Amino acid sequence: MTAKVATVTSGKGGVGKTTAVANIAVGLASLGQRVVCIDGDIGLRNLDVVLGLENRIVYDLVDVVEGRCRLRQAMIRDKRLPELYLIPAAQTRDKSAVSPSDMVRLCDELRQECDWILIDSPAGIERGFRNSIAAADQVLVMTNPEVSAVRDADRVIGILDAEEKGPALLVINRIKPAMVKRGDMLSVEDVLDLLAIQLVGIVPEDENVIVASNRGTPMAFDNKSKAGQAFHNIARRLMGEVIPFMDVENQGFFQRIFSGRK
Amino acid sequence: MEFFSRMMGRKKSAGSAKERLQLVLIHDRTDLTPSALDALKDELIEVISRYVEIDPTAVSINIAKDGRSQRLVADIPMRNSNRRRVK
Repeated sequence: MTAKVATVTSGKGGVGKTTAVANIAVGLASLGQRVVCIDGDIGLRNLDVVLGLENRIVYDLVDVVEGRCRLRQAMIRDKRLPELYLIPAAQTRDKSAVSPSDMVRLCDELRQECDWILIDSPAGIERGFRNSIAAADQVLVMTNPEVSAVRDADRVIGILDAEEKGPALLVINRIKPAMVKRGDMLSVEDVLDLLAIQLVGIVPEDENVIVASNRGTPMAFDNKSKAGQAFHNIARRLMGEVIPFMDVENQGFFQRIFSGRK
Repeated sequence: MEFFSRMMGRKKSAGSAKERLQLVLIHDRTDLTPSALDALKDELIEVISRYVEIDPTAVSINIAKDGRSQRLVADIPMRNSNRRRVK
């Protein structure tokens, strides 16, 4: 096995990186892939709670880097799927505990053992971000259809180009179809026109994201929610499948009536 | 609602967002401020005027977007030489 390393990053915080990593990981693992997620946000870890694995942490990323445990010991297996693992971030250390070359070394060791390594990058463009992209073969830039998120995404895309980590793939998250329709939210086309990179996913705003994080069960575990489906589609596109994009902006009339929402 | 907001001459907010972002991204990407662009334009006019006769008021310099790269587009109308006075 030679894993592909994919990093999810965004520049701006709160756009949905951790949710995306958790759900894309579940999507890939349910396609039979062996997936290891790494939480790159040292000091502010959250991928563990979003995946519902917080009670099983013994060792973390920094323990591996500093040689207190073997890589295998820090990999928490998610029992809901055959081949899904998490390497949590350290909570009581800061980003400087890990260097970009540590990440490259760690991922090189992991590559032999799995199909995918998904890295959840922290917000910003400092050390934690640099660590998270150091080993990446493919970077996914996540944004929301909102001025500050798009601006920060553009900045990150520029840095990735300069670091020869491009071309990045774009995920547009938290689209509200009704707002787009009445002209009060940037559309998918607007964001694509502004950022001019290849699209890999569009995810509608979905209350299930909160419910899922309350429970520690990512939406992608059951395929009913719109956002869950959107993340499954991203996983399949990463596997090279060609899947048409969800038409989130023009949900059918009946679809809206029967889903019981305005 | 839509009718009223149109009557009031208020633009849809997504349109403003896109227009504002287009400008902000150009400046973020090129590190070129509007005032620096004005200075560039003045100096360009000065240099070109040393060689050919142009109408300074008709010169336009814009930044055009081409995917993720920008190009500086200058439109500099020249005056016809046959309209020049013969010494």
